[in-house]
Order: sequence, then structure tokens, then C-alpha cells
Amino acid sequence: MNTRRKITSTFFETLMKLSAFLIVAVLLYILGTILYKGIPSLSWEMISQKPSAGFYMGGGGGILNAIVGSIYLAGGASLFALFFSLPLVIYINNYAKKNGKFVQVIRLIMDVLYGIPSIVYGTFGFVIMLALGWTVSLLAGIITVGIFVFPILVRSMDEVLRTVPPEVNQAAYSLGATRLETSVFVSLRQAMPGILAGFLLSFGRAIGDAASVLFTAGFTDNIPTSLTQPAATLPLSIFFQLGSPFEEVRNRAYAAAVVLTVIILIISILSRLVMKHFSKYIIK
Amino acid sequence: MSEKSIIQVKNLSVSYGNHQVLKNLSIDIPDNKLTAIIGPSGCGKTTLFKTFNRLIDDTDGIKVSGEVLVNGENIYGKDIEITHIRKKMGLLNQRPTPLPMSIFDNVAFGMRLQGLKDKKELAAKVEHYLRLASLWDELKDRLHAPAAALSIGQQQRLCLARGLAVEPEIILGDEPTSALDPISTQHIEQKFKELKEDYTIIMVTHILRQARRLADYIVFMYLGEIIEHGPTDEIFNNPQQKLTQDYVKGVFN
Ligand SMILES: Nc1ncnc2c1ncn2[C@@H]1O[C@H](COP(=O)(O)OP(=O)(O)OP(=O)(O)O)[C@@H](O)[C@H]1O
Ligand SMILES: [Mg+2]
Repeated sequence: MNTRRKITSTFFETLMKLSAFLIVAVLLYILGTILYKGIPSLSWEMISQKPSAGFYMGGGGGILNAIVGSIYLAGGASLFALFFSLPLVIYINNYAKKNGKFVQVIRLIMDVLYGIPSIVYGTFGFVIMLALGWTVSLLAGIITVGIFVFPILVRSMDEVLRTVPPEVNQAAYSLGATRLETSVFVSLRQAMPGILAGFLLSFGRAIGDAASVLFTAGFTDNIPTSLTQPAATLPLSIFFQLGSPFEEVRNRAYAAAVVLTVIILIISILSRLVMKHFSKYIIK
Repeated sequence: MSEKSIIQVKNLSVSYGNHQVLKNLSIDIPDNKLTAIIGPSGCGKTTLFKTFNRLIDDTDGIKVSGEVLVNGENIYGKDIEITHIRKKMGLLNQRPTPLPMSIFDNVAFGMRLQGLKDKKELAAKVEHYLRLASLWDELKDRLHAPAAALSIGQQQRLCLARGLAVEPEIILGDEPTSALDPISTQHIEQKFKELKEDYTIIMVTHILRQARRLADYIVFMYLGEIIEHGPTDEIFNNPQQKLTQDYVKGVFN
């Protein structure tokens, strides 16, 4: 009996260590490949200049158009989604009847939306654009990607707001706070780390997605100066460069992937720091 | 009763769904006294408490009938503004619940809601109420630290300071010392003794000796009904009901 339990636990411990090792190995392999192929092509020119006319055939210039376009697009889309998701999650957590029909239906819809692939959102955005007579633009991209990340934001914020102890809100009520004051000054404060985490998650999804921006934001060698102009994005930039017959252009695709990875890394680290600051205030 | 009462409960019934928890209660809570509500677990003490400041409204599927008058005004009446009712009462929970912000902001929260903006005045008032809760000397150097970092005993006194800062008439304590260590319990009890000069205090407690030490008036509840109420002496030394007798002797618990 004793030896059997020992063997069982050794077996599962080994399994756990093995999967942890595997995950780290895969991650390192991916990073390694991108860095190995991308670093040699990475240059200051690449991240500080727009593509020149012959860029995709090996000419000079860089991917500044895609870097700026991606940041505009992911930032804009995440803010756009936040603007609509925040009121919704506050409503279902602090106003609506807890676990009532309405709340259940909303949560179900969010789960469904969460599972829809981004190309469907892209197509949907494209159809709406055509109906409205719009052409590809930063704004169309922001709205489409915003709708795509909306359920991601709602779900992650809802998850943390649900865990705010009712006593915390009741403490604010008992001090004479209205529901709105309690929601804004107390519930949101308590849920802040989770809200930031959700925002980061949606920013990461937005900046990394190619399918939803293909028909909506378009692609351009210029940096957009208004919402009605098309915008380039890093994933599409990578895609176009990888399709080039010239090896040096294909190598620059890896450099662009390094840039994308670094942006996501910076955002992650920044948000960890801010999250750590806000976590200190959380009441358990 | 000839004495003035601050809260009058009239024919109050409360149900969660089909489960009736308070059964047609009527009671007058005396003004400027410390009233202790005692009774076995699950008899409805917390529920009764929550009807006093209408926190009960926050529960789904709740049904309330009857009246609760505070200073003669029915708080379940039509045109009642709920925030106005609530800030008349400071609330201490069983487990202290500071707000997710700094120590200073916790105390300032209610005052800011009431429109106090002046920085100096706010700081002076925060100091005043922290002193009132005997916290100032311990915390004056870390006012901007998160309240969550305080010890449980300090948190409970912070909740007291925060509640007092909205200038309530009534302090409600739902087993306010049950999560505290003996020293912190003493702190809170001492505060209650001092505060009962100026405020009406109503507390729930499971500790009969605590009720005896602190209370002027006792309400004994059992299974959603008020069995007996009266001055502390009478309830403990000369209870009229068999149930009360058994309970104060500790026969059941
Ligand atoms: N949110 C709720 N939903 C349904 N039933 C509830 C709810 N809260 C309390 N009850 C029920 O109401 C009854 C009274 O509960 P209450 O919390 O008022 O008792 P209590 O006297 O405060 O008990 P304790 O001394 O253990 O705190 C209990 O039977 C309890 O199960
Ligand atoms: Mg209780």
C-alpha cells in the first residue's frame, strides 16, 4: 500500500514537472527562433522609418507604419471596448438581480461571442462597412477589433467583480454612498487589478490579430493621421513580408515579429507593476 | 415605556423567498442607551439589523412588511431617500470591512460624499475621528498606507472611525468583536462605553458576559421572534420567560 502510494505520487509529480518543462521549452524554442532569425535584420532604420517604395523587394525603410498603426489600433480598440464593457459589468454585478435571468443570458451571450473566431468579426465589420459606404480605415478597424475584444474584456472584468465581497459594497452603502458612487469608488477600485489584467489581455489579442483587420483597417505604407485613413498593422506586415520571394525581406518579417513580441512584453511588465500597486488595496 | 425611543419596529416581518425569518416583531429601542440583541445562531439578529439601515434591500428575493420608524419617520415609507437613512447609522460588521483604499481615504470617504472638499478641514476631521477611535497615535505616520495592511483589530477600529465620521446618531455593531483578539475586543468595548454617552448603540453579541458588561437594555430573540426585552438587570436576574431563563443560564447554545 505504502509503496503503491509512493509510486503514484512520484509518477504524478514527474508528470507535473514534465509538463512544466515542456511548456517552458516550447516558449523558449519559439522565442529562440524569432530572435535568431530576426535580430540580425533588426536595425534602427527598421523601427524608425516608413517603408520605402521598394521595401517589399528588398529596398530600404522600415515598419514604423505598422508599429504605430498597431498601437493605435490595439489601444483604440481596447479603449472602445472598455468604454462599453465597464458599464455592462457594473450593471450585471451591482444593479441587476444577482444570478437572475437577465444576468445569466448576458453571461451566456458573452461566452458565445468569446468563442467566435476573429475572421468572423472581420467579415461582419466588412459587411457593415459596405452597407454604410465606408472604405477601409483606422476607425473601421478599431470598431471591428473593439467588438472582437469586447467579450474578452467583459469576461475578465466580470470574473473579478463577481468576487468583490458583498460586505465591501455594503460598507460603502452604509456610509451613505449611492449605488453609482459605490460602483465607481469602491467596486472598481477593488477590481482594478483584474480590470487592468483584462485590458492587457484584450490589448494583446488586438495587437496580435490579423484576420479582423485585413478587410477593415486595410494596409498602407503611411502612418495614419486621422481615423478615416487606412492603417497598417504588425501581423499583416509580417504576413506580407513572409510572402516575399526575397530572403532578406523574409528575414525582416522575423524582425517585425521581435518588435511585436517586445511591445507585448513591455505592456505586460508595465501592467504587472500597476497591478501590484493596486493589489495592495484589495480587501480579502 | 416612558423613555424616549429612537427606533420603533412595528409588526415587522421579513422573508427570504418562502422562508420567513422575522415573524411580526414589534420593539422600541431606547435612545442614548446601549442595547444588546442576543439569541441563538440563526434566530434573525443580523436580519433585524439589516432592516434598520435598509441594507436588507440588497438581498435578492427579500420581502419586508411592517414599519421601522427612526426618529418617528418610517424608513420604509414612499419618499424616503435611502442614503439619508444610512448615514444616520454607523455599521460595524462581524468581520471588519475596510474599503479598498488608504487609511486616510477610508475615514474621508463618507465626508467626501457629503461634499467636504477642503483639504485642511478634511485632514483635521480625519485626525479627529482617528483619535476618537484611538488609532491616531498608532497610524499617524502611515495614513496613506492601504487599510488592508492593518491588523484585524486596527481595521475594526478604523471602521468605527469611518462610521463616526459621517456623524451618525446610531452605531450598529453586528458581533463587532467576534473576529478580534482579547486586547482588541477590550479596545472596542471601552470605546462603546465612552460612545454610549453621545450615541445610541445597538449591538448583536453571542457573549452573554459582554452583553452584561456593556448593555443597558437587552432584547432576546428566538427563532425569528422577540421573546423578551428589558433593562439588563431584569433580563439577567429576573427573566419572565422560561426560554430567556434557559438562554441566560447558558442551558442551550
Ligand atoms: N441571504 C439569505 N438568503 C436566505 N436565507 C437567509 C439569508 N440570510 C440569512 N438567512 C436565513 O435567515 C435566518 C436568520 O439569519 P440571521 O443571519 O439573521 O441570523 P443571526 O441571528 O444573525 O445568526 P448568527 O448569530 O449566526 O449570526 C437563518 O435561518 C438564515 O439561514
Ligand atoms: Mg448574524
